[in-house]
Amino acid sequence: MPVSLLWAVDVYGRVYSLSTGGQQWEQCRDAQLEFKRVTAAQQCCWGIACDHNIYLNVHASDLPIRYQEETYENHRWNPVDGFSERLLPSDRWQWSDVTGLQHQPLDSFILPSKSWEWEADWYVDENFGGEPTEKGGWTYAIDFPATYTKDKKWNSCVRRRRWIRYRRYKARDTWAKIPSEQSGLPDPFNDISCGGWEISEEPRGRLSLWAVSLQGKVWFRDGIYHHNPEGSNWEEMSVPGEVVQISCGPGDLVWAVLWEGQLIVREGIGRDCPQGTSWVVVDSPSPEVGAIHVGVGVNVVWAITKDNKVWFRRGVNSHNPCGSGWIGMVGEMIMINVGLNDQVWAIGCEDRAVYFRQGVTSSELSGKAWKVISVPRDGDRSHSSASASSLQSAGCFFSGEVRAQSVVSDVDSDTEKEKGSAEGGSDAPTEPASEAPKPRIPKVTSDSFISELVSDREPGKNTSAAPAILEEESNPAEGEVQDPPAAGIALSPSHNVDLEEAQSQQAGAGAVLDSADTCSLSSVATYTLALEEPYGADEHPLWAWVNGGGCSVDCHSQLNWFTLAQSVQSMSLSITPAQTAAWRKQIFEQLSERSKREMDNFRHYEQAIEQSVWVKKGTMQWWRDWKPHKWMDVRFALEQFSGPEGNKDGILFIYYNFNEEKKYLHAFINEVTILVPVLNDSKHTFAIYTPERTKQRWPIRLAAATELEMHDWLALLSVSCCDSRGIQGPPSKQAIWSVTCKGDIFVSEPSPGLEAMPYPTPCDQMFWRQVGGHLRVVECNSVGVVWGIGYDHTAWVYTGGYGGGFFQGLASSTDNIYTQTDVKSIYIYENQRWNPVTGYTNRGLPTDRYMWSDASGLHECTKTNTKPPSPHWTWVSEWAVDYSVSGGTDREGWQYAADFPASYHGYKTLKDFVRRRRWARKCKLTTTGPWQEVPPIPLSDVTILPCTAQSSVEVVPLWAISNKGDVLCRLGVTTLTPAGSSWLHVGTDQPFKSISIGAANQVWAIARDGSAFYRGSVSPQSPAGDCWFHIPSPSKQKLKQVSVGRTSVYTVDENGNLWYRQGVTPSYPQGSSWEHISNNVRKVSVGPLDQVWIIADKVQGSHSLSCGTVCHRLGVQPMEPKGQSWDYGIGGGWDHITVRGNSMEPPRIRLPSLTDPSAPAPRSPLSARNMEVNGNAVRC
Amino acid sequence: MADDKDVLRDVWFGRIPTCFTLHQDEVTEREAEPFYLLLPRVSYLTLVTDKVKKHFLKVMKAEDVEEMWFEYEGTPLKWHYPIGVLFDLHASNTALPWSITVHFKDFPERDLLHCPSNSVIEAHFMSSIKEADALKHKSQVINDMQKKDHKQLWMGLQNDKFDQFWAMNRKLMEYPTEEGGFRYIPFRIYQVHTHTHTHTHIYIYILAGVSPFLLTLTLTLTL
Repeated sequence: MPVSLLWAVDVYGRVYSLSTGGQQWEQCRDAQLEFKRVTAAQQCCWGIACDHNIYLNVHASDLPIRYQEETYENHRWNPVDGFSERLLPSDRWQWSDVTGLQHQPLDSFILPSKSWEWEADWYVDENFGGEPTEKGGWTYAIDFPATYTKDKKWNSCVRRRRWIRYRRYKARDTWAKIPSEQSGLPDPFNDISCGGWEISEEPRGRLSLWAVSLQGKVWFRDGIYHHNPEGSNWEEMSVPGEVVQISCGPGDLVWAVLWEGQLIVREGIGRDCPQGTSWVVVDSPSPEVGAIHVGVGVNVVWAITKDNKVWFRRGVNSHNPCGSGWIGMVGEMIMINVGLNDQVWAIGCEDRAVYFRQGVTSSELSGKAWKVISVPRDGDRSHSSASASSLQSAGCFFSGEVRAQSVVSDVDSDTEKEKGSAEGGSDAPTEPASEAPKPRIPKVTSDSFISELVSDREPGKNTSAAPAILEEESNPAEGEVQDPPAAGIALSPSHNVDLEEAQSQQAGAGAVLDSADTCSLSSVATYTLALEEPYGADEHPLWAWVNGGGCSVDCHSQLNWFTLAQSVQSMSLSITPAQTAAWRKQIFEQLSERSKREMDNFRHYEQAIEQSVWVKKGTMQWWRDWKPHKWMDVRFALEQFSGPEGNKDGILFIYYNFNEEKKYLHAFINEVTILVPVLNDSKHTFAIYTPERTKQRWPIRLAAATELEMHDWLALLSVSCCDSRGIQGPPSKQAIWSVTCKGDIFVSEPSPGLEAMPYPTPCDQMFWRQVGGHLRVVECNSVGVVWGIGYDHTAWVYTGGYGGGFFQGLASSTDNIYTQTDVKSIYIYENQRWNPVTGYTNRGLPTDRYMWSDASGLHECTKTNTKPPSPHWTWVSEWAVDYSVSGGTDREGWQYAADFPASYHGYKTLKDFVRRRRWARKCKLTTTGPWQEVPPIPLSDVTILPCTAQSSVEVVPLWAISNKGDVLCRLGVTTLTPAGSSWLHVGTDQPFKSISIGAANQVWAIARDGSAFYRGSVSPQSPAGDCWFHIPSPSKQKLKQVSVGRTSVYTVDENGNLWYRQGVTPSYPQGSSWEHISNNVRKVSVGPLDQVWIIADKVQGSHSLSCGTVCHRLGVQPMEPKGQSWDYGIGGGWDHITVRGNSMEPPRIRLPSLTDPSAPAPRSPLSARNMEVNGNAVRC
Repeated sequence: MADDKDVLRDVWFGRIPTCFTLHQDEVTEREAEPFYLLLPRVSYLTLVTDKVKKHFLKVMKAEDVEEMWFEYEGTPLKWHYPIGVLFDLHASNTALPWSITVHFKDFPERDLLHCPSNSVIEAHFMSSIKEADALKHKSQVINDMQKKDHKQLWMGLQNDKFDQFWAMNRKLMEYPTEEGGFRYIPFRIYQVHTHTHTHTHIYIYILAGVSPFLLTLTLTLTL
């Protein structure tokens, strides 16, 4: 689990964060000012500081925030000057946007705020739709606006070129002031809440930010997304009353509290309207006592009333944002916040401690109990310097409102202290003055607080104390706008008029307020006294505000935030893996020593128990080999015995009845090449392959009665297979890794004969064993660095263990196995047909597809009958319309077409009689495996330098593509630290999708537009290289994947063609042209010896056709890098393979007739430059 | 690097070389040769001594034979303790092989339980497994197992089949990751009554679901 942060503000306005992996509150040192409110998302934190400005703290990341500015330079041809900037009067601007309507000279681009900087100067984009243009980047057309081509023709009258420049957001990990627009913002902000990131994934990183002003108005910050973290402008939202506090959940829930104590709920929030349309009033939980605070999540609302009672709102979801009723909860709190996963945080009314709601799960949203977070703050004694410097601002701050909470807190929590110190009360005022040289923030603040309170009564007095920062507030006459007592007393520097208004509104609650008011006043002096006690580490921190909007925890998270109540647990936590390993080693050594002592001289003794054959039997179903194929009940038995040399072996028997006759089928365990679990929702099946069965593409398919039984059998069979082949422990560094389309991970130990010439080991004889975990991509190299990428794009690094998943006990290592999760979306389609009467309806023609179907339309898939892929997966979201469909959609997600099945487009035309839209629902898998997460950047591709066995690379080059298409270079990857340390971002002009690094640091990558790029000057000294060389793709093909070995460069295009790069030489590493090798190829992996392996589709076996088959290129030699033919291995259903760890040189046995006289020398550049397609199909 | 599996194998395949001799008081037709055997530490005496019995019965008359029992240096050996425990308790300081005296009469009723058949050993073994699982999982795992699973555990022990035994026993040794461990770790303390010492050796055997033998931690407590 990546580390994320819980944010909190203490009563002194200091901002702290607590990491989910940490054990102490870290003060945000960068905050020059005190803050009163913070609200966090995972990528940033917003806050209101004591100067009433809004600040934004964007967390540092290895990925920069870059915004691409572009403008077009337009030229027209005239007979005198040729092409020139002199355009016709009717033409567009000489510098314009892409449409030509907007005048955009280069110097019109200015940085939006001080937080931005230019990355470099303007330059011309020379890439035109994946193809390089002639120099200058000009594209030609007959006239504006028209279709542009890169070639200049006789009738080209106009030309244009694109200039681009990047600006970069530089204010990261620091509090940057959001430039305030004066217009429309007469009063300062009082509350702020961000959320809404689940409403839409477009644009990336979109956030909703809601703010409440002191006057009770509500504002919505428009245009916040990844590339514009500060947002664009404030938009006022009309409200039915005056709002005190607002809360915005990660989804479409927004609730606010009115002065009068009711709550209002925003309705109409959606993808097209993130700010919603209207408010609905919801009554306070308790008729007498108004609400004072509200916190909302995705499906929950929590509220606090003025008597500090906590309430939970029943029945809240996005269809019913108002919910159905209140439930009173245990605990007295002053504020409450709902973070990610609907987890709840609160601040206790008595002790001002931060509480975490334990046991909140999606099925039990109200949780079980409050648990106090009791971790120390960092350097509790080290605040003095900061406080001295912030004396001014502290004074200023106390003209604000938040400090008041601290007073209340002490009234509440320190009553005893208060009483005790009241006796010495008269001394109090003199104390601070005498100790002035030794600044202590509590005294400073409490002093200024006193003066503030006094000045409250005598407004004139305040002006001297108010520092310059406040000047922008035109009339800082002091007033007291009183929040109801539970949330503290609001002392607000707002206009008198507003103040009166506010107070008049408060009249109803006046009695309570007055008492609270006097209470707070009287407590002030004693509070000062209470603080006479040294401000030490043991002092209980007093919190004013907490926000878990960026804190990714759930009820299963292991947090070290709570007291050592469970001492046993903490003891076990304190044992490091190294200690465990040492302990295990010690036990093992002692045992070995004992065995030696007790048995070594007595091995000739007879054994008490004779070894015999052990048979395990069971009943299963078998997918019978003959037609009609169907499941039939069989008895299944595994006989295990010790072979002549003590090696274990076994035979599998399947006993069945055929025409009343008892028959059986058997397989030798040492011939089994792989056991593949095929879990689906109807049967617990698995497949057993032998080389023969692989050739047939027809495995032994068996189904167990229960999942548990299947796992027992698989674990047993797997141990048995490994034993018979003498395989144990983790995979070697040379291992070949592969991933199936179900995300299962398999690994095979290559034999030296695998790449032997001329008779390599057939690859259907390779033995594959499963490794726990769930991945979409796995990549390795020969020094044992292995990375994987999950379906949810999470990056994982291999830990060196084995087993996990259902391999428990003996088939699994004890160390290095961790919990792994993955999330994927399941899609179904809603199909409609147009008819003249009612328009589009779900009544189709009798011949039509199901109105709810899968992508093909052949299978009915409704929202209710669609299940997660296997029982291991659980739904984690509701069905939602998916707008990110290729071809685009309309506002409701529909795609239109003339008829089913056809190509769909995102807008309706007159000829469209059918439409469909895609619904997506996310499901999550939790399993275990030897993988550890590499947070925080999600990846779509990764590549590791394939080293030869003898090379001693210290730092292993590793490149990756983020799921947004950024190219990244990992620093600090070594065999000891395979996860590396940080990412280095490598700039590109467009998103990328595939990358590969070969020997001698040749980095090749594929951009989203399907063209290839070669990275120049990559070396150990300059790990990220210096520039991209654009390499056009094979004509009319869009490349999608690349793999680079020692010298060979192979790519696969979107139509399944495999291409070899001709003419790659050390001096000209970009090569000269593409040569077609094969079709029906899904993926390619080129190894450190230039061996070529692919995943191929449409491989015909003797029994059946398979898609997704591992294939090995035969005949690959230094002089013949393209090889001759394919050998077929395991499949179908395979999705990915990497042979980049196998640097094992094949044995040099050569038949005279085939001997190539030249020793394997560096391959000479190949002269052939044909682009001819010599189809060498994978047997299709 | 040593893995749990290695430890488990070493524990399972621990053997004690033993020399069985017939007690001198037993009536024999001809002299009884001693019988040498490697006894599995994790098993029970009466479970693995069929060969011993067969060996000595060859020299004895059927009417002289009552229930077989074992004794080491005057101490009757409790069959319901695992063999490794018996050895560590009574004989760990002696030279190997371990010399055990075999009796066929004068069964010490006060010291030993009768063991008329293997089903008694099985019952005893299963009850220790159940005890251990009660502590580890509130008996949830053992109760969820079927009769044949219980049988597999027992047959694994009886036939010295490590894989057979562990294929089932691993379930008893698992815990949900979020719980981070067993509820309690069961262990059993075996004590020898030695009157010659002021302190007593106490052997603590962790009932690792197997039967009391995963770890043999020897603590010397001064009582």
